[in-house]
Amino acid sequence: MSEQLLKVTIDNITVEVPAGTTILQAARKIGGDVAPPAMCYYSKLQGSGGKCRTCLVEVSKGSEKDPRPMPKLVASCRTTIMDGMEVKNITSDRVLDARKGVVEFLLINHPLDCPVCDQAGECHLQDLSYEHGAAGTRYEFQRRTFKKHDLGDYIQLHMTRCILCYRCVFTADQLTKTREHGVLDRGDHAEIATFIEKNLQNDFIGNVIDVCPVGALTDKTFRFKNRVWFTKPVDAHRDCDTCCGEVQLWMRGHEVFRVTARKDEWGEVKESTKGGTGWICNTCRFEKKQVSDWEIEGPTKVNRHSVISQGHYVGLQKPEETMPKVMDGRSPKLLMDIHSVSEVNKPNIELSKLDRPAHSTDFNQ
Amino acid sequence: MGRKLLLEKAHVEGIRTYEVYRREGGYRSVEKALKSMSPDAIVEEVKKSGLRGRGGAGFPTGMKWSFLAKPEGVPRYLVCNADESEPGTFKDRYLMEFIPHLLIEGMIVSSFALGSNRSYIYIRGEYAWITDILEQAIEEAKANGWLGKNILGSGYDLELYVQRGAGAYICGEETALIESLEGKRGNPRIKPPFPAIKGLWDCPTVVNNVETIAAVVPIVNDGGEEYAKIGAGKSTGTKLISACGNINKPGVYEIDMTISVEEFIYSDEYCGGIANGKRLKACIPGGSSVPILPANLLLKTAKGETRYMNYESLSDGGFATGSMMGSGGFIVLDEDQCVVKNTYTLARFYRHESCGQCSPCREGTGWMEKILLNIEQGRGKMSDIDLLWDIQRKIEGNTICPLGDAAAWPVAAAIRHFRDEFEWHVNNPDECTKRNYGLAHYADPIYVPA
Ligand SMILES: Cc1cc2nc3c(=O)[nH]c(=O)nc-3n(C[C@H](O)[C@H](O)[C@H](O)COP(=O)(O)O)c2cc1C
Ligand code: SF4
Ligand code: SF4
Ligand code: FES
Repeated sequence: MSEQLLKVTIDNITVEVPAGTTILQAARKIGGDVAPPAMCYYSKLQGSGGKCRTCLVEVSKGSEKDPRPMPKLVASCRTTIMDGMEVKNITSDRVLDARKGVVEFLLINHPLDCPVCDQAGECHLQDLSYEHGAAGTRYEFQRRTFKKHDLGDYIQLHMTRCILCYRCVFTADQLTKTREHGVLDRGDHAEIATFIEKNLQNDFIGNVIDVCPVGALTDKTFRFKNRVWFTKPVDAHRDCDTCCGEVQLWMRGHEVFRVTARKDEWGEVKESTKGGTGWICNTCRFEKKQVSDWEIEGPTKVNRHSVISQGHYVGLQKPEETMPKVMDGRSPKLLMDIHSVSEVNKPNIELSKLDRPAHSTDFNQ
Repeated sequence: MGRKLLLEKAHVEGIRTYEVYRREGGYRSVEKALKSMSPDAIVEEVKKSGLRGRGGAGFPTGMKWSFLAKPEGVPRYLVCNADESEPGTFKDRYLMEFIPHLLIEGMIVSSFALGSNRSYIYIRGEYAWITDILEQAIEEAKANGWLGKNILGSGYDLELYVQRGAGAYICGEETALIESLEGKRGNPRIKPPFPAIKGLWDCPTVVNNVETIAAVVPIVNDGGEEYAKIGAGKSTGTKLISACGNINKPGVYEIDMTISVEEFIYSDEYCGGIANGKRLKACIPGGSSVPILPANLLLKTAKGETRYMNYESLSDGGFATGSMMGSGGFIVLDEDQCVVKNTYTLARFYRHESCGQCSPCREGTGWMEKILLNIEQGRGKMSDIDLLWDIQRKIEGNTICPLGDAAAWPVAAAIRHFRDEFEWHVNNPDECTKRNYGLAHYADPIYVPA
């Protein structure tokens, strides 16, 4: 029996998706700006989503059968499609206003210490604030701080940066034998911690670093070693009995600075070529920092989620251009492509061909 | 004098014991239900009664019961919500403390109607001594054959358990309550699925307030139609109101929902008027989460009609000029009370009780508290008032559970009706730190009954 497809229209673009698909997944299928930002939902983690409220959308028509609009904005990551549903994301002022509010809420207690944060450059909160936030803050109070917890030699916790998305909790629940950390306390004093002071050292616990959307959980072995935009991602693999062994090496010259799982354009860990999600084990992540440990496949195809995409890598994946469709054929020229007008960035210079960091002289050839 | 259905016998000497309760006609509804009624017939009676949930939302109980999924071979559960933690609400405590067998009786009949063989009473952690009272009552009921296997030879089995919470307001929200009952962190679940489909241990579950379940007893005894004759419009039956604040006689009152707010505040049968000869300034009529109303809008609706103590009348005018029945926590403020301070106190409560799952509630409640404290202590700016308004607007409706709304509404209503009091605080920073009460003029234009 072939699966029945349901029609859903998001921001004037219609797609067909199988029953049970969420609005967010359908929007991602369309791609581009139509996909709502998601800070807590993670398609590979059961039960995630619904918490951060950045993905709120307006359902202007419930379904073909029951066309009534939904009174409240709904979390697109946890709301499933009905046939004939009509959804407004970036075409709804209500949504944009609420989202701006959510971004503000996420930022009021954030330390904004990007200059010393290892996540900077691949932080979803940076992207979110850039795309949906306001320029200034209205918050005039001291920002929240926490007592420091040491999670051992591998994982660095900066609780002040945490947005309590619970992804790391689900990860520990679903990937490791025992979960040793969780959320303590409640409300604005809730925190990620172990009870009482434990090291996190389960085989797969390193994956919390990859799922954490912000710099709350980072790789201690990479701490302050380099900025991500100075390193180049390279796909590599090794034979590993614990995990799929398929990783990205973040290199500078011939030095491996960091090892992570491979991620897709939504910042989620990709499917492994061997099937299943490509989570990697602690050994691959933390212990294999020699080029000789790995079989190199080639430069990673990077996407807009990473600042390193500014470096004109081979096979840069451009996101789907949805604006003209959303705007019903009109093509607003408001968003300027700075790369095509900037004197500095010359598209004909292929930075990925360099085996060293780019230098100003490279631009002046 | 209004009719009493729940608390009529509450002060009979020894009513807490099984013998006296039984002698006074207790457990008749169980006999009637198990011997002569089918579960569906009971649900039908509850529907006919028009009973609305007494936990706050006022959802029709019969309808809620009929939504309960009944898949083959899957257990169903009834959970009684006795987490009562809303500031100003203390009616369930009174009922359970004085006449515990009424709740047990209601639980048996309701469990039978819903087909639950294991039912739970989830009680607020701080009510430790009431847990003992309830457990004692359950023991007695069991010893007399009202619980256990094959009750009254009907073939129906029921076990009843009391579970104590750990002191979190949020565990009163039904899905957080279920999580907590399962032994997890009390975070509200994301709905759908609703508990009627997937509740306790992923089985169909009904969560009802203590008073709702107690009201099933008179409904089964006298019939739904009889019950529906009491009250007004869609507010049928009697309602427990816990009155507190600046009144002469704080306490729990059972009212039939035909009396006016004025009568409730000023008559000697109920609150007995404002204490110390002061004038009425404002009132939060349904527990801390509902909008505060200034005296003039409390006694009369915007249309100039008398406001009554029932669901429709209290919400007449929407949030612009009305409020809500809520959980029946009736908080009265006299002319000396400061609305800014009062709002700050509430904001502090919600900041402390937010579970912290969703960003607007987690961050917004704390932000509002800080701004309100600044205004209260004379450090506020005019723009802070608009900022508060904007923050509450961005929380409301954008959260997982209604605690976000409950935190937003009191702030919104306080600014809506008492904006000049906020402005006065900003304009008189020295004075507002020296005197700890607000402006009296709200009480002035208000009609005071002779
Ligand atoms: C934050 C929050 C706290 C609540 N606390 C209580 C409570 O203490 N007691 C209660 O009966 N209902 C409480 N409720 C309402 C319950 O979620 C639920 O609606 C109610 O128990 C349903 O019972 P009813 O239909 O009999 O009113 C609360 C709701 C929220 C959102
Ligand atoms: S530490 Fe990171 S992954 Fe864990 S809850 Fe905080 S933000 Fe989410
Ligand atoms: S609204 Fe507040 S209490 Fe409710 S789920 Fe969200 S954070 Fe928790
Ligand atoms: S991604 Fe949907 S609520 Fe966080």
